[in-house]
Amino acid sequence: MLNPYANRKYVIGMIVVGVSLAFVARLFYLQVIDEDLKIAAANNSQRVVTQYPSRGLIFDRDERLLVDNEAAYDLMVIPKEVLPFDTAQFCQILEVTREFVDVELAKARAYSSYKPSVFMKQISSEKYAIFQEVLYKFSGFYVQTRTLRKYPLPIAAHVLGYVGEVNQAMIDQDSYYKSGDYIGISGIEKSYERALRGIKGVSYYLVDVHNRIKESYADGRYDTMAVVGSHVVTTLDAELQTYGELLMANKRGSIVAIEPATGEILALVSSPSYDPNLLVGRVRSKNYQMLSQDSLTPLFNRALMAKYPPGSTFKLVNALIGLEEGVITTESSFTCSGGYVVGNFRMGCHHSGAINFLMSIQGSCNAYYANVFRRILDNRKYGSVSLGYANWRRHVLSFGLGQRLGSDLTAELEGFVPKVDYFDRYYGEGRWRSLMLVSMSIGQGELGVTPFQMANMTAIIANRGFYCIPHIVKDIMGPQEIDPRFLARHYTTVSPEHFEPVVDGMELVVLAGTGTSARTPGISVCGKTGTAENPHGEDHSIFVAFAPKHDPRIALSVYVENGGFGATWAGPIASLMIERYLTDTIARPALQERILGANLLAD
Amino acid sequence: MPRKTNILAQLDWLTILLYLSMVLLGWINIYAAVYNEEFQSIFDTGQRYGKQLIWIVLALAIAFWIVVVDGKAYSFFAYIFYAVMLILLVGVLLFGREVAGSRSWFDFGSFRFQPAEFAKFATALAFAKYVSTREQSVATPRNLAVLLGIVLVPAALILLQNDTGSALVYGVFVLVLYREGLTGYVLVLAAGTALLFVLSLLASKPMLVVSLALIEFFSFLFLSGRLKEALVGLLVFGGLSGLALGAAEMLGLETADEDLLTVALVLANMVFVVLSYLKRVPRVYTAILVLLGASLFTYSVDYIFHEVLQEHQRTRINVLLGLDLDTQNTGYNVHQSKVAIGSGGWTGKGFLQGTQTKYDFVPEQSTDFIFCTVGEEWGFWGSTIVVMLFVALILRLLFLAERQRSSFSRVYGYCVVSILFFHMAINIGMTIGLAPVIGIPLPFFSYGGSSLWAFTIQLFIFIRLDASRAELL
Ligand SMILES: [Zn+2]
Repeated sequence: MLNPYANRKYVIGMIVVGVSLAFVARLFYLQVIDEDLKIAAANNSQRVVTQYPSRGLIFDRDERLLVDNEAAYDLMVIPKEVLPFDTAQFCQILEVTREFVDVELAKARAYSSYKPSVFMKQISSEKYAIFQEVLYKFSGFYVQTRTLRKYPLPIAAHVLGYVGEVNQAMIDQDSYYKSGDYIGISGIEKSYERALRGIKGVSYYLVDVHNRIKESYADGRYDTMAVVGSHVVTTLDAELQTYGELLMANKRGSIVAIEPATGEILALVSSPSYDPNLLVGRVRSKNYQMLSQDSLTPLFNRALMAKYPPGSTFKLVNALIGLEEGVITTESSFTCSGGYVVGNFRMGCHHSGAINFLMSIQGSCNAYYANVFRRILDNRKYGSVSLGYANWRRHVLSFGLGQRLGSDLTAELEGFVPKVDYFDRYYGEGRWRSLMLVSMSIGQGELGVTPFQMANMTAIIANRGFYCIPHIVKDIMGPQEIDPRFLARHYTTVSPEHFEPVVDGMELVVLAGTGTSARTPGISVCGKTGTAENPHGEDHSIFVAFAPKHDPRIALSVYVENGGFGATWAGPIASLMIERYLTDTIARPALQERILGANLLAD
Repeated sequence: MPRKTNILAQLDWLTILLYLSMVLLGWINIYAAVYNEEFQSIFDTGQRYGKQLIWIVLALAIAFWIVVVDGKAYSFFAYIFYAVMLILLVGVLLFGREVAGSRSWFDFGSFRFQPAEFAKFATALAFAKYVSTREQSVATPRNLAVLLGIVLVPAALILLQNDTGSALVYGVFVLVLYREGLTGYVLVLAAGTALLFVLSLLASKPMLVVSLALIEFFSFLFLSGRLKEALVGLLVFGGLSGLALGAAEMLGLETADEDLLTVALVLANMVFVVLSYLKRVPRVYTAILVLLGASLFTYSVDYIFHEVLQEHQRTRINVLLGLDLDTQNTGYNVHQSKVAIGSGGWTGKGFLQGTQTKYDFVPEQSTDFIFCTVGEEWGFWGSTIVVMLFVALILRLLFLAERQRSSFSRVYGYCVVSILFFHMAINIGMTIGLAPVIGIPLPFFSYGGSSLWAFTIQLFIFIRLDASRAELL
């Protein structure tokens, strides 16, 4: 049987032959006729010069300069082009030994004879000036200009992050980068790398036998212009950040301050910190080594990466969930008999008698929240403790706890709010009761939350029910745009009307409750103390607060490790931060002196 | 075991000879491309030529194994190969390693494996299997839909890996469909659509309107064969356009040129309809339909490009079309590639004597731009011989495909022909500036184990099928 379409093989065969003939004709033209290409090849002693764009600068919210650039010069070598040279003069100018030259040349040759290698990194501008004069004597060497970071204010090292050389894995992942290029390794430098780096340009030159540039190759037809990096305006308030770092000096802990309405991070302090200028240039690896071996772990960003039990500050969340679930009202009272006692079980407290809703926040009553928490879990509506717990957990997650918030800061920790199956595994399915979990009512037990998440939780209460994802960049001065997700409002599962009574309670905490140490003259501060149990030593002091009560402009969490009770250290620090931000001055020099003088690092 | 010896005698040794000579030439050129005085042993497995030697030896072992397996197996397991390949393609998206912006590699220590290369022959098997099990022509809507699905699913997965070049290869299956009975208009339409797609994104808006008018002109000419009427229509459009643009200029109107031209085009068509009605010219409405279809197409391309696609997808297309900032300096690379090839002259500079290709002037020297080394070191004669080797292999396979009695073998043969042709045309075309820079390897020449093995498997399955063409029906 003859296939009806069999003669279509000729059409296909013709296409193949046609294309091939076109190729042969083109090859004939390129290889035999076109003389220009041969001349181009003969002249092809080219130098490819990469134009490195200057990296975008970083500013604070009032456009104060946080990160600046300065020029640096790398001495490059192309081994294949190196001719015998006056080693003595070479070594004398660069102040290096003969051995150094031999070793570096051998290294470069092992990498590639034809491709440029860095011979000597970041030579000083004086050496560069002298060397430039005699460069023509050293065929195969040339100087590549780079920019290095410089930090006019030695603050916010964890937020800004640092810039380092790319490694092979990064080059494999993005072919834009070539060996020796710089890239943002952490912080804003990393998350806004694309905007900050700009785009490299390339110029092609013809060079003479002495390796001197003669002219642009092909009239610059193939050159590409470098595009400078975009400047980035952060949400940080440099003065508040500086002040926060000062207050936290000689203490371990963190401060996270957020503008509630926008989610803009005003200050993010992790203490102890370091001067970002330490991680620049040739001293970088030595200093990095030193910092990473420091027992106080200055490289560790506690604000984002440290997980603590939230302590009594978490009672605010339980109060809100209780109101939303209808298991309590603002009229509900419970008896505190110096603690919460059921059979053999006892959780201590320090009241006696009936405690109402506002008092429960003001006086941070453990018994009250044990009752609230158990009512939420044992709610008949859900049929079982595990379903009641699952529902409680859903509410907690809506406050941004137990999950990454998705900010533009790298390396956020998730935190921990155990799932139902966590307890199923621990106690056996259906074999756990609300009483076994009751320590979570006062923010202890399995719960783990970061200072960053706590600051966001406080912002939610300040906003009476929503948050914008906390973020660190306000504006990019260039073609890139801010991620629109930072503008969206995220509402919690608790209705906005339940927030006002909780806010009233927080006001009482500061006026006449456990947090009077945070009282701030002329400002209505709402706050809550907390203490994170620390099995290894003195407890951690926690204070969350926002101010003013109406139209809040700042919400923050303060953690002081080994600071004891929340009101002792964290409260006054929060108060000073608020005063500083809202009034630009400090009217209580004595309090300030006490905090600045305190050294909690000495054991 | 008389059957086995029989099989060896049945093999098409001409094809195998062509294959072996190409692999050998490929290796010689990879050696030249990465040659460096400091490393000289050809067995240095730290160097690419050393590794490629290992790939070649293993490829020959695979080829042998393919040949001794029962020929029926390939048809029998066709869908299973295909399914496994789809799983690997999904797997690489989830667990693969990102290299140069595309997530298309599985990483096993020092050994990397690229499923996209192997997906081509698996798709070809499934494609051939489906065609061979149908009674009716491939051109029924149902059959076409299934075949399109077989081809587009792997293509889409590869596109998701950010490997645009490898995904485009799947377009070439249209040649196989054509051979199996799809109307010839499809080839014209495919070429036309591709052209219109590029125009929609590249051409200025007034140019686009003019292009649409020309498309209508040519389709009318093609359909009706009436040159005179077609020219009249075009002249009317030209006249009206000139009038509209001139009037707007004189009156100082702010109306955009493309709007004026569109009005002129609509008016010209009205005139055209009336005239042709009076003179009883056929096919006018079909031509207008083509115009409307083409306009709708350009409009949707524009809309999807600007409103639906994400920024990074736009960038990818822009880079492909040469619109975006050329961060990889593609223009310079192609120019250097041409300089390297051009400097070869009649006879080339000789083995290892190439200089252009030694410096970093030509990128991806041993992989995508291996043909530069051929051109520089072996000159016009050498590069012509390589092109001719490809033509010989492709035509030989075309001949073999046509002598198959089973439609499975024939269709599979055509798939092999088409894929080889596409790779050769795009790869060599790119190095001599006749095709866009799409990173796909030159079969049997480019460095890389995955590519060499995949092409070897693809070819030898067909050689095996051909050897038992008498038994397979
Ligand atoms: Zn109490």
